Amino acid sequence: MSSDPSITPELISEHGLTAEEYDRIKEIIGREPNYVELGIFSVMWSEHCSYKNTRALLKGFPVESPRVLVGAGEENAGILDIGDNLAISFKIESHNHPSAVEPFQGAATGVGGIIRDIFTMGARPVCAINSLRFGDLSNSEVRRLFRGVVSGIAHYGNCFGIPTVAGEVYFDKSYEGNPLVNAFALGVLRHDQIARGAAKGVGNPVFYVGPATGRDGLAGAAFASQDLTEKSAEQQRSAVQVGDPFMEKLCMEACLELLATGAVAGIQDMGAAGLTCSTCETAARGGTGVEIDLAKVPQRSPGMTPYEILLSESQERMLIIVEKGREDEVKRIFDKWDLPWAEIGKVTDTGQMVVKNHGEVVADLPAAKLADEAPVYHREAKEPVYLDEVRSFTLEAIEDCDDPKSALEKLLEWPTIASKNWVYRQYDHMVRANTMVNPGSDAAVIRIKADSVPGGDEREDFPEKIIALAVDCNATHVYLDPYEGSKASVAECARNLACSGASPIGTTDNLNFGNPHNPELFWQLKESVRGLSEGCTAFDAPVTGGNVSLYNQNPDGAIDPTPTVAMVGVVEDEAHVTTQWFKDKGDAVILLGEPVGKGDTLCGLGGSAYLQVIHGCKNGKPPVCDLGIERTLGTTLLGLIQSDLIKSAHDCSEGGLAVALAESCFSELHGRNTPCFLGADVDLSDIKDVRSDALLFGESHGRIVISTSDIDAVKTLERAKLMGVPAQRIGTVGGDQLKVKLLNGEYAWEVAGLHDLWWNSIGNAMA
Amino acid sequence: MNFAVLQFPGSNCDQDCAHVLRNVMGYPTRLLWHKENNVGDADAVVVPGGFSYGDYLRTGSIARFSPVMGAVKEFADNGGFVLGICNGFQILCEAGLLPGALIRNRSLQFRCEHVYLKVATYDSPFTSQIPEGKLMRIPIAHGEGNYFCDANTLDEIEANDRILFQYADREGDITDHANPNGSLKNIAGICNAERNVAGMMPHPERAAESALNEKDGRLVFESLIQSLNPASTTA
Repeated sequence: MSSDPSITPELISEHGLTAEEYDRIKEIIGREPNYVELGIFSVMWSEHCSYKNTRALLKGFPVESPRVLVGAGEENAGILDIGDNLAISFKIESHNHPSAVEPFQGAATGVGGIIRDIFTMGARPVCAINSLRFGDLSNSEVRRLFRGVVSGIAHYGNCFGIPTVAGEVYFDKSYEGNPLVNAFALGVLRHDQIARGAAKGVGNPVFYVGPATGRDGLAGAAFASQDLTEKSAEQQRSAVQVGDPFMEKLCMEACLELLATGAVAGIQDMGAAGLTCSTCETAARGGTGVEIDLAKVPQRSPGMTPYEILLSESQERMLIIVEKGREDEVKRIFDKWDLPWAEIGKVTDTGQMVVKNHGEVVADLPAAKLADEAPVYHREAKEPVYLDEVRSFTLEAIEDCDDPKSALEKLLEWPTIASKNWVYRQYDHMVRANTMVNPGSDAAVIRIKADSVPGGDEREDFPEKIIALAVDCNATHVYLDPYEGSKASVAECARNLACSGASPIGTTDNLNFGNPHNPELFWQLKESVRGLSEGCTAFDAPVTGGNVSLYNQNPDGAIDPTPTVAMVGVVEDEAHVTTQWFKDKGDAVILLGEPVGKGDTLCGLGGSAYLQVIHGCKNGKPPVCDLGIERTLGTTLLGLIQSDLIKSAHDCSEGGLAVALAESCFSELHGRNTPCFLGADVDLSDIKDVRSDALLFGESHGRIVISTSDIDAVKTLERAKLMGVPAQRIGTVGGDQLKVKLLNGEYAWEVAGLHDLWWNSIGNAMA
Repeated sequence: MNFAVLQFPGSNCDQDCAHVLRNVMGYPTRLLWHKENNVGDADAVVVPGGFSYGDYLRTGSIARFSPVMGAVKEFADNGGFVLGICNGFQILCEAGLLPGALIRNRSLQFRCEHVYLKVATYDSPFTSQIPEGKLMRIPIAHGEGNYFCDANTLDEIEANDRILFQYADREGDITDHANPNGSLKNIAGICNAERNVAGMMPHPERAAESALNEKDGRLVFESLIQSLNPASTTA
């Protein structure tokens, strides 16, 4: 194209490509690329699409189990068998950079993107969860981002009609200017409904469906793969897409209807890198070539160049390879849903991705090499210097707590621990009428019924299933020890599932880190992946896919390393569904696990919420996570639940035992403004040689607070001990107060008062 | 006895309503596409929740022009039972089958939570089977559920006993604190003068099964079924 700029070193660098990468491109295609081709390589070789900095590391993840039907990296999302010819497909993905620039649309399109990944697999999306991170709420800019992100997620999910059933929100200064928005979706399908993103069948026509292509979201994938600066944010505002959940809903219904006809040979959504990525990846997977003509692509504005059309990330668009001769079925269904469609090309046997514009070739590249032969970097890793200080921290630096009463109140009010009702009441978490446990317990629980399956399942006696979902990551712990912290994120997810009555079957992860060229940040990543891999292996919960988001830093520094873990589990029977709040007066309160982790000189206080809130320091080695202990704890609890002994189960995490006890007293919500309160009388005075602060607020892993009927308490204790899990009765449910007796004194809190601090904290900050 | 559940582009509670009518209540139910222009053999029509036509412009304002709404209007004019839930309530108001309008929640935020409903009248095909004095616990999920109408209309609705449900607290008191969206008189549901068309913001279809911990919503469907066929008994 004569009007295209000529290729200069500056232009190459502006495209985020190095001189070596440019040489590699020339080697692959045997000539200089033109401007359009340079743009294509730029997005396909961005970290977002190619995982060039992390691919080598990610090979360490466990990816296999007998349940895996589609594994990590094969397609848009993995698929796991859940029995009776049913399967689930799920994945988590980040939309951090767009949300930093334009929080509402950035977050909304993050939800849209992950939903598309799921229905592209042939599954009906049935629930969403998310993990969000922001700076300190005292900052008005942080509040603007938080408000925008939450309403963006609500806007997209609510309108689309997917329940947002769980999530986590953390507030920490390291995310100031670099919020994290990780969105997860899960879909359901039968084994025979799995769709593939491969361009199969030479001569098959290639269809474009969905709204017209505009200039929005130009090269968003490349944008997401750079550090975020004020300049880049301003320049790249156009790289943020605009979402239309209504269009996506129609597109999903039409695609599922079309897939049921058998007329589809391959299907792929146009997400990151839009038309470019979808054509090149389908051809690469199919071992074929694809030829398209951009003049046939529906366009929103006149005068768009081939470069713009190819790199646009306009939303809600799909690429569909249709069995030749069955084009009319596509037209009929998409016309029924009033959706635009266009036949834009065909599958070839050349192995080339050929892009024409009005018949003139504007790009001609080897599809498989473009998709699969991105450079792989083994980045330098160096242990960060700050860890010396972390390791030298001892408890001698701080006095034991002299006012546990106000400490617990402050912790419950701390936004990271406080109730997230300000967030989840804005999400429709019940649409599709499947949500069995609403947000506010350890994990969400949903049922899968006949209409969860695309097209509705016709079986006379549909084998209903129950699944549980949790998402976790204590990034402070990861910052202070990436390996232990990452293992612990997996363990916490598994604990949350166990507390809900589920056993884990699979994991998806979202690695949010800083710039990989910085050896200290890359070391964090490497150690984290090692920890995640061991964790997922221990719980037989293979990684089925995920996302990597690097360059989460601005001139003030990088975020705390945040490997978000989302885990899915199966509940065998409706009777096993368990919630975290106490149920009946007179029930026994039992602590499963060692009260304080053995051999930990910081007694679980390293990196704790207590140190951050009460002492204003984020320091110390975080507690060690023993995966063997965690696994035994999980299976033991599950066994107790399945024996109908357990009335409530809540794990100890941020804020430790005291926060877990308080939440067990007040977290049941009967209806609007109607919490249910049940106090407890707890005696910890038998536990000796432990500081009060560590006993109450330490965050040692492997601990769960359960309640049983008084009569079942002894049996429960015996069975736990038989399984090798330390267990002790620490109190009794009842009264209006949470009373805790320690060696050095007794403390009591009005449950209603604690609840109000916890429930209103975020709402007050946002008012 | 046959039910029809309307299906607009953007409806997203259509399958939930069909599930409850078919699988929980046990009656034949079909989804009625927005481009159709008659309700066929339906004995009652449910206008479900969602975001019909994306709810761009104003909630329910485009749906009222669809072919199927012409058929629903004719069906209602002939005495047929029509129940609008959430977006369905908004559509029925826009279509003039019910008075008033649902405007933006006073919090300016979408609200999804369980609420308590006081039954304001048992004299309707939609509430007749609800035990006297029973407080209903049913979820809401909407951004525009703030019921509004002019003073004369409100007087008329009240004078004719046309308020079906009001948001209440757990004691059954109609308080401002219990009002999740700012509705006049805490109105959660109303019916027309002929009492055969009703709209409600809460979702009874999400509270009709023990698996979801709530069965109060069933009573709305049981009332409707009883009214259609007084001889029927529902389990």
